[in-house]
Amino acid sequence: MSFAFYLISAISVAGGLAAVLLKNTVHCALALTVVFAGLALLFLQLDAQFAGFAQILVYIGAVAILVVFAILLTKGSETPKDGVFSKTWLAGLAVAAAVFAVFGWTVLQSGAVLPHQTATPQVTVAQIGTALMGRYVLPLEIVALLLTAALIGAVIIAMHEKPENNEEEVAK
Amino acid sequence: MSATLDQIFVLIKQWIVSFLPVAWQPVAGILLCVAAIVSVFPGLFAFTVLLERKGLGRMQNRIGPNRVGPFGIFQPIADGIKSLTKEDIVPYSADGVVHFLAPVVLVVAVFLGFAVLPMGRNMVLVDVDASLLFYFAIGASTELSVFMAGWSSRNKYSLLGAMRAVAQMISYEVPLLMSSVAIVMMTGSLSLVKIVEVQNHYSGIFPHWFIFTPWGFVGFVLYAVAATAETNRSPFDLPEGESELVAGYFTEYSGFKFALFFLGEYLAMFSISGLGATLFLGGWSAPFSFLTWIPSWVWFFGKVMTSIFVFIWMRGTLPRLRQDQLMNFAWKFVLPLTMINLFDAAIWRFLGEGWLRWVICSTILLIAYIGMGRIGMSRKHFGPRSYRYAE
Amino acid sequence: MTPLTGYLMVAALLFSIGLAGALTRRNAILVLIGIELMLNAANLNLIAFWRYGPHPEALTGMMFAIFSIAVAAAEAAVGLGLVIQIHRHAHTTDLDQMNRMKG
Repeated sequence: MSFAFYLISAISVAGGLAAVLLKNTVHCALALTVVFAGLALLFLQLDAQFAGFAQILVYIGAVAILVVFAILLTKGSETPKDGVFSKTWLAGLAVAAAVFAVFGWTVLQSGAVLPHQTATPQVTVAQIGTALMGRYVLPLEIVALLLTAALIGAVIIAMHEKPENNEEEVAK
Repeated sequence: MSATLDQIFVLIKQWIVSFLPVAWQPVAGILLCVAAIVSVFPGLFAFTVLLERKGLGRMQNRIGPNRVGPFGIFQPIADGIKSLTKEDIVPYSADGVVHFLAPVVLVVAVFLGFAVLPMGRNMVLVDVDASLLFYFAIGASTELSVFMAGWSSRNKYSLLGAMRAVAQMISYEVPLLMSSVAIVMMTGSLSLVKIVEVQNHYSGIFPHWFIFTPWGFVGFVLYAVAATAETNRSPFDLPEGESELVAGYFTEYSGFKFALFFLGEYLAMFSISGLGATLFLGGWSAPFSFLTWIPSWVWFFGKVMTSIFVFIWMRGTLPRLRQDQLMNFAWKFVLPLTMINLFDAAIWRFLGEGWLRWVICSTILLIAYIGMGRIGMSRKHFGPRSYRYAE
Repeated sequence: MTPLTGYLMVAALLFSIGLAGALTRRNAILVLIGIELMLNAANLNLIAFWRYGPHPEALTGMMFAIFSIAVAAAEAAVGLGLVIQIHRHAHTTDLDQMNRMKG
């Protein structure tokens, strides 16, 4: 377990904590970007180069910017008067701690039965392309449909509605 | 002799690295290459700043800077000293950490892009299988730095400039990727080294560069348009238009941070020109087969500097596009044309050799260009003018 | 602790942090940020199992992760569009105040 893994994991977890704990929403979004970058580096360490670069391109290049635009368009940078945590924060924290306890216990207990082949897989982009067009062509087409539907849906949901009456005549 | 000159930087690196113990040699080799990139490209930046000011001056019928040194060649040094010694003013209500990190993120992201460009035979820093994807991923990260700069200044002009810049960069990123996808389809690989190797063959004296095919030529033009918009250069420089928005998203930056933004913008221009040269103009390969004795890195940098000169030329000649004209152009004209270009490249591949595919592919692209122009960019129908008089 | 266990622990930690964020914050956008953290943690799990599993040449884990990235981007777009429209209607993104069905 190399030093690089510990460093990148520490940065990712610190970024995740910052993303849910900070008061300023834009700072949370930027901490989320740090998590995305840390995760992309972890993917690269796991010899999944295509997934790592796709993570940077899609998450940092698109999702992070989307989140930031949404924060700006909804005046999210003003802190609410009752604080940033909801009234039921203790229950949420307890549930999350319980989930982590279950996961952690499961992972640490099953150290013996987990697979651990250590030869580096040689994955070329050509293989990924062939797999996408061969074995995974149905998920590919469905994801294409899904993305088109999401694009059209997001535009329709967030569109400005036309005003019902002519407000200038009412003002006169 | 010419082969040695071609590989001279590789040989120098191997000679320096051979002095170190074997365990340290790979790391030392990479560090040397990084040091070379970090010193060559900012040096080229200094030269380009001077070239731009002199070039723009001549196009505007005036002499550029000529006070500092003969023909003003020491002007970049004067500019550097000025920007380093200016007071670094940070607004009181600005967000300190984000304001400081924005230029850093920009420069880091832009330098990372240079890692995958093949600058000569065997002269690429990192040779991964998916290097083109890496380049575009890093390019997408520069938008975040623009937004950070605009938001952290707590200035309405900065924020407006940043939003416009990010919207423009996102809109033109898709045509940039799509025009490169045609190249990826024809070579069957995302690796930039392989793309240059495919273009390095000659039939007679003419090279097999992709720009000499109909779809390659249209792809290159669309790539150039998208690249100009991605780097916020004229005629797409509304986000930094001095007459509209003070200085856009770097209004509140002074001194060294402004110099870093400036550096980042020009390095992004170099990097995207380098990528364009690699994808369409054959990278480090010579234009004619009898010129291959000139070293490969000379050709690469020559192509990059020619592209930079064309950027400066466009800045001095064309008027600025308005924001809505820009976005209209991207989504309604450039993007459909890139998709038709991709389709055209596929037809080229499946028609086989001969004059027929030239005729068919060129006709399709010509019809698409004229047709998209009529359909996509049709003017809105304005109603009769109504006047409102002051009472 | 094998390398695989290390990656799984990091993924579990990120998942619970994302879950805590989604359950405790007031702002609707921060709930979406928590959901993105959870999706990323799941992707890390997938890639770790792909790498250390018995048949990495079958590319199953990496394909799943790539499709998951695409679907997460689509979901983020639609979710943020919804948040923007809710803000236009209720002039707030505070989830504690949106606790009734009447508009």
